[in-house]
Amino acid sequence: MTSPLEQKKIKIAGPSVVTANRTWDGIVVYRTAAKGWSAELSEAAIVRNSDEAKALLAESVADDVGAVGPYIAPVQVGADGKIEPGNLREQIRRTGVTIGQQAQA
Amino acid sequence: MYAYDEIDRTLVNERVSEFRDQVKRRLSGELTEDEFKILRLQNGVYLQLHAYMFRVAIPYGTLATNQLRALAHVARKYDRGYGHFTTRQNIQFNWIKLAELPDALEDLAKVGIHAMQTSGNNMRNVTSDQWAGVAPGEIEDPRIWSELIRQHTTLHPEFSFLPRKFKIAITASDHDRAAIKIHDIGLKLIKNEKGETGFEVLVGGGLGRTPFIAKTIKQFVHGRDILSYIEAILRVYNQYGRRDNIYKARIKILVHELGIEKFSREVEEEWQHIRNSSLQIDDEVIEDIRSRFTYPAYEKLPHMPDELRQAAADPDFEAWRKNSVAPHKAQGYSIVTISLKPIGKPPGDATAEQMDALADLADRYSFGEIRVGHEQNLALPHVAKRDLPALWKALDKLGLATPNVNLITDIIACPGLDYCSLANARSIPIAQELTRRFANHELANLIGRLHINISGCINACGHHHVGHIGILGVEKNGEEVYQITIGGRADEGAVLGTLIGPGVKFDEVADVIEDIVEAYLALRERPEELFMDTVKRLGVEPFKERVYATR
Ligand code: HEM
Ligand code: SF4
Repeated sequence: MTSPLEQKKIKIAGPSVVTANRTWDGIVVYRTAAKGWSAELSEAAIVRNSDEAKALLAESVADDVGAVGPYIAPVQVGADGKIEPGNLREQIRRTGVTIGQQAQA
Repeated sequence: MYAYDEIDRTLVNERVSEFRDQVKRRLSGELTEDEFKILRLQNGVYLQLHAYMFRVAIPYGTLATNQLRALAHVARKYDRGYGHFTTRQNIQFNWIKLAELPDALEDLAKVGIHAMQTSGNNMRNVTSDQWAGVAPGEIEDPRIWSELIRQHTTLHPEFSFLPRKFKIAITASDHDRAAIKIHDIGLKLIKNEKGETGFEVLVGGGLGRTPFIAKTIKQFVHGRDILSYIEAILRVYNQYGRRDNIYKARIKILVHELGIEKFSREVEEEWQHIRNSSLQIDDEVIEDIRSRFTYPAYEKLPHMPDELRQAAADPDFEAWRKNSVAPHKAQGYSIVTISLKPIGKPPGDATAEQMDALADLADRYSFGEIRVGHEQNLALPHVAKRDLPALWKALDKLGLATPNVNLITDIIACPGLDYCSLANARSIPIAQELTRRFANHELANLIGRLHINISGCINACGHHHVGHIGILGVEKNGEEVYQITIGGRADEGAVLGTLIGPGVKFDEVADVIEDIVEAYLALRERPEELFMDTVKRLGVEPFKERVYATR
């Protein structure tokens, strides 16, 4: 996973979301359609082309108090509308470390 | 142990209230992330995948028991009950909330711990030998000089806005446990013909994208001149160092581009201007620092106490003693390394309970002192030999007596893609699988000394270039792929490893390492020939053949 923090050009290949870390506690959040942030991927606003992605990212960056380091991340949307992370990095950010021990308190 | 003076205490406390105010302004929106980032980095706060990460300095790897208890408290109260010891004598907490960070810093400040010099483009925590002050044959305690440099560089404007981060390591022993050759400046304490104490100075080591082994720039710099000499190096670096390109900004690149001769001439010239300035160190300053390091009042103890003689009948104790216990400068005492590499667990992690219990054991058996080494293990520096059997039993109950120090399961690994936002691939699960494969201690002992180092990206936090076997995670078409090198080493004979061939997939890594080890066992001439020696004798070819013949 080349770090998405280096994202410069905005070009998306499929459905995507904007994700970041919440400022006060650092947890993973997703930008919602209601112009807020949610810890649930299922509540994320989905963008499907570069213009939409650019707009969502711009709006997210502007909300600097809410969350840190927003970037565009790929997702997969199932036939039932269920959203899943589009790569391993985002999978790990969503479900936690893969090292099978430390309590996810 | 070292006793901080009033200046340090005031500084640390002021730093906490300053940061509390900065966090408050960040949370209210008065400071943007752009403005805040440099401030948080000056206080050891990074952003990782799941949360903020908080890096705390353990200068030259020395901890008092109240300090270890404070770290346990931070793990318990503000984090998820554990901490991760790193390769640079720091500890990292992975789940800290920004809003609570000032409280955590304040709790640590009470015992003289802070996060200064743990991140940002400044002089980083000066590291040293974790056996400093107790290793037999040492020139003198290298921490005295580490502390001198720490005091001089902390918040010093000239060292706070460098082209890039800057790392110094110091050793005073022939066997280099501080990995000085992979630091920006490596210092080796030596004595000249007149018996005066000084340093062999090495410069330009480093790993990452462009790895270099440090070169000697001056054979002998007198102790009283060491600050001016370092400053001269830093001035040349500040003047020429590439600020335009982050990948070329480290001093190693400058040394490489200028060449060591030109670089050392420049430094020499600069040094002549400043060497007789206020940077020259008075003996009193050194004596003052020296007097703040206190050593236990060792008893006169027998070389081979009855307790040890009896315990030697227990093969489990012996297995642990053989690779965890090292000779001490005082007769009747030992240095005990505590493996933070239990089978199947992340390398370098310790729980709050383990830290607390270890603090109790250190009070009881090690004059209240603990050390942290770059191998991501801990040590108790002053254990009476008669106490070794009791200590072993107590450590075993805590899961801290895995008899694998320096063996194949004593793996150094960075956090990788499980935590780190810069990662390309996971490191910890690879380490976990490898420890399971080689869990049998008889097998591990048969293999002998063998260091595996794993990094999850080219930044090389896991020192993969200098692992006897190095594993580097990269990404290829969205998949984790691992490049394997062999023949590296990080000690006084430091060399970079050689790539054995194309990368392999996540699921194949442990098989490949098993193949390499089997090849070694078949190729070595006698059991005492270490993996490193076999690679040196035969090169990488036979290993390459073995690994790729069937793949
Ligand atoms: C998870 C957060 C971390 C981040 C964001 C991070 C970032 C980096 C970066 C960007 C570099 C390359 C610097 C350069 O070459 O200029 C680096 C180097 C290094 N890091 Fe980390 N690191 C992290 C964790 C760790 C950990 C956990 C360890 C110890 C286990 C560690 C030890 C090192 C060491 C020893 C280097 C030395 C390479 C060199 O100086 O040449 N880092 N780190
Ligand atoms: S080597 Fe890369 S992946 Fe590992 S901790 Fe360093 S920056 Fe992160």
